[in-house]
Amino acid sequence: MKCKTCPGKAVIDMRRHNAAFCKDCFITHIERQVERTIESDKMLSKDDRVLVAVSGGKDSLTLWEVLRRLGYDTTGFHIVLGIDHYSPQARGTAEAYAAKHGLPLIATDVKEEYDFSIPELAQYTRRVPCSACGLSKRYLMNRTALEGGFSVLATGHNLDDAAATLLGNLLHWQTPQLGRMGPALEATHPKLAKTVKPLIRLTERETLAYAMLRGIDYHDDECPNAVGATSLFYKDLLNQLEHASPGAKQSFYFGFLKKGRPAFLAAQTGGVELKECEACGQTTTTETCAYCRMMDLARRTAAARSR
Amino acid sequence: MKVIIRRPRREVEMPGSRRVRDLLQELKINPESVLVVRGDELLTPDELVKDEETVEVVPAISGGSAHEV
Repeated sequence: MKCKTCPGKAVIDMRRHNAAFCKDCFITHIERQVERTIESDKMLSKDDRVLVAVSGGKDSLTLWEVLRRLGYDTTGFHIVLGIDHYSPQARGTAEAYAAKHGLPLIATDVKEEYDFSIPELAQYTRRVPCSACGLSKRYLMNRTALEGGFSVLATGHNLDDAAATLLGNLLHWQTPQLGRMGPALEATHPKLAKTVKPLIRLTERETLAYAMLRGIDYHDDECPNAVGATSLFYKDLLNQLEHASPGAKQSFYFGFLKKGRPAFLAAQTGGVELKECEACGQTTTTETCAYCRMMDLARRTAAARSR
Repeated sequence: MKVIIRRPRREVEMPGSRRVRDLLQELKINPESVLVVRGDELLTPDELVKDEETVEVVPAISGGSAHEV
């Protein structure tokens, strides 16, 4: 296979673009895609202080790499989840990347700072681990961005993540979530950070190829708690569609943003009022935020079990 | 040829040479979900893998909440 843009030999095919690229042209293509996404969705400016959520995996490190190369002011944020052998390796990878490039990294250990690892939180609150993990991450990312004076929080979500989330929200008719989906969410409350997803136009396969071709030392293990996760099932279904009909994921997600989301957003007029949690001050629609309620339940259960 | 597949890790011996697209089809692996690598080299679907060579099938898909960051 030949590269679409030069006489070189291709190293990756991208059927949804009816194209194949050599190493250098693929890297250029990916970085331009991210740059265009940032510009078209007004995600970032060079004046922003950007907090980059970094798990140590291929997507988050690809995001950090591209933002670094594009000249943005970035600080990494890593959450130590306390999951067996997985978390120490993930932390090591994130720290090694930061050290290699002389970039600042904030690491928050949930067990040290908030008393419970993610497996313990799941056990004490009877949530599935991914639920306890997701709620903790959203809370800690927003809080860290605000307390650190960062103007934007950037995450490494890609097209596969977005399409799988959209499929899940549609299958369960999660109408409030459908109205809120998008690659750039402005801060609608003083206690909410602006969040952006600059990799939203890239598939997971493309971020993997970029990480490999750039020689990024990423954490390759799958989280043990993700085995059998619904999100993986949805991604598999969507990739079956993609194989039969190249461009299906892109058409599904970006078609929704253009033609579907406005209707769900309009249906929310006069919607929920955001308040500040009486316990921690973060945003919530109830008196106490979901994170504080989860932590309170974990503390009470742990205390009862120790008696 | 030897094919190393990650997650869960397993090794498959396939006699003879094949193109990447054919070996993925035989292994019932969706090419949209993986990259095929020979050493440090990414392989396109038309690439021929010889009998004596080893390739690795690297999964691109990760999930769960750990993937949210």
